Amino acid sequence: MAITVNIPALLARHAGGQRQHVVAGATVREAIDRVTRDYPEFGKRFVEATLPGNEFVTVYLNDEDARFAGGLDTPVTAGDEISIVSAIAGG
Amino acid sequence: MTVVALESSTRPVPLVCAHCAAIHEPIASAVCPECLGPLEPVYRAGRALPSRQEIASRPPSMWRYREWLPFEGPPVHSLDTGFTPLVEAPRLAARLGVARVWIKNDTVSHPSLSFKDRVVASAINAAVGLGLQTVACASTGNLAIAVAAHAARAGLPAWVLVPENLEPAKILASAVHGARVLRIQGTYDDVNRLCVQLADRYGWGIVNVNLRPYYGEGSKTVAFEIAEQLGWRLPTAVVSPMAGGSLLSKLYKGFGEVIDAGLATGDRPRLFGAQASGCAPIVRALEAGESRITPVEPNTIAKSLAIGAPADGARALQAIRSSGGYAAAVSDPDLIDAIRVLAETSGVFAETAGGVTCAAALALSGAGRFAPGDEVVLCITAHGLKTPDAVSPDLFDLPIASSRLSDVARVIESA
Repeated sequence: MAITVNIPALLARHAGGQRQHVVAGATVREAIDRVTRDYPEFGKRFVEATLPGNEFVTVYLNDEDARFAGGLDTPVTAGDEISIVSAIAGG
Repeated sequence: MTVVALESSTRPVPLVCAHCAAIHEPIASAVCPECLGPLEPVYRAGRALPSRQEIASRPPSMWRYREWLPFEGPPVHSLDTGFTPLVEAPRLAARLGVARVWIKNDTVSHPSLSFKDRVVASAINAAVGLGLQTVACASTGNLAIAVAAHAARAGLPAWVLVPENLEPAKILASAVHGARVLRIQGTYDDVNRLCVQLADRYGWGIVNVNLRPYYGEGSKTVAFEIAEQLGWRLPTAVVSPMAGGSLLSKLYKGFGEVIDAGLATGDRPRLFGAQASGCAPIVRALEAGESRITPVEPNTIAKSLAIGAPADGARALQAIRSSGGYAAAVSDPDLIDAIRVLAETSGVFAETAGGVTCAAALALSGAGRFAPGDEVVLCITAHGLKTPDAVSPDLFDLPIASSRLSDVARVIESA
């Protein structure tokens, strides 16, 4: 299943210079894991940014906060779009 | 598009990552390019700090504390923002059962009647100093008006993005300044996510996204002003509304800087947070003993506080706990009543966030969180005419009389 993963501009240099990656996966987590496997430098930063107490990024599934949809284990289907967005914003 | 000449006298300071400690030259980014951690301004160690007397000799604005704001060189825009009145409210003190109460009255902030003038004044100077030519924001209303007003004065084009269901007065007050107002079919949290994505795409200076390290520091001036207006002493408690949690966490930082600089003696005040129960992720985390914030979907008439995923929620929690304070969530009916209590006891007409703050103070008092000797400051952050429908005349039994003197006298004598 082709899932699109959008990553923040700041991380693109650690992901082959691309902000958009089309990958396979059955859940949000699997799709992101595919990108982190392909680009370990990106993966290292993503893992660090999502550790408990850090939470520097929020993951969205089709523009909905994935935390409201069941978290990273939410199933995805072909054509879904996952976005990793900085959480340090607003207020 | 208007082209803004660079004004070299405003130089934003470098930034440091609060997570990995990497230092960055002044940039329009809230997050560390290395680890995505939050960036904060770096103040030059050993810089000359002003005395109380020197501060007193400066114009009455937030810039009288400029050594604690994130710029080298003088600011060039929004010079009149800040130094709002600190109004004593003895009748409210009696209601709260404490020794003294003051209202930090940012309902009369210049130029847009909310405390957001402070953060935008800082962000506009950062935008100009960084050479950005368009400013923008994600807003629950007050920030939209502030960005529109400050950008108009600075000659910068502005985009303000707000939830579609925002109060009409706030949309009007943003649009009148010439800002492009874009209403989004979603919550504030949707708007916020969009603005992060827009910052990546257009290179705008989005004041509470990529200018956030500079923006947030403006809130500290509330703490400096409270201390100075009390004669350089500190209250024992401060009650602050919480949306994203930034104001309360910056109050903590500001009071710390006042003490560290030797401007005021005594302990940092206990900080108390206020949220509407329809959007209280920080209060819920505090009550549950958690350090992480679980986001919520907002459902309250206090739209200016309706942030379900507060970016500074964890920092606000830490500030509340470290200071020995607490927090309260209040219902919509209670916040409406409290708008009237505040107005009737202090002469300050606040919007819904002020109702939340006053209602929370009453709730905290009822829960025994204040001592009889406490000296309490309520941060009232925006004017009531921005949300007039919250206290519409329907709530009052307002008599009507003919223009005959006898009719008018009958009403007065039967009141």
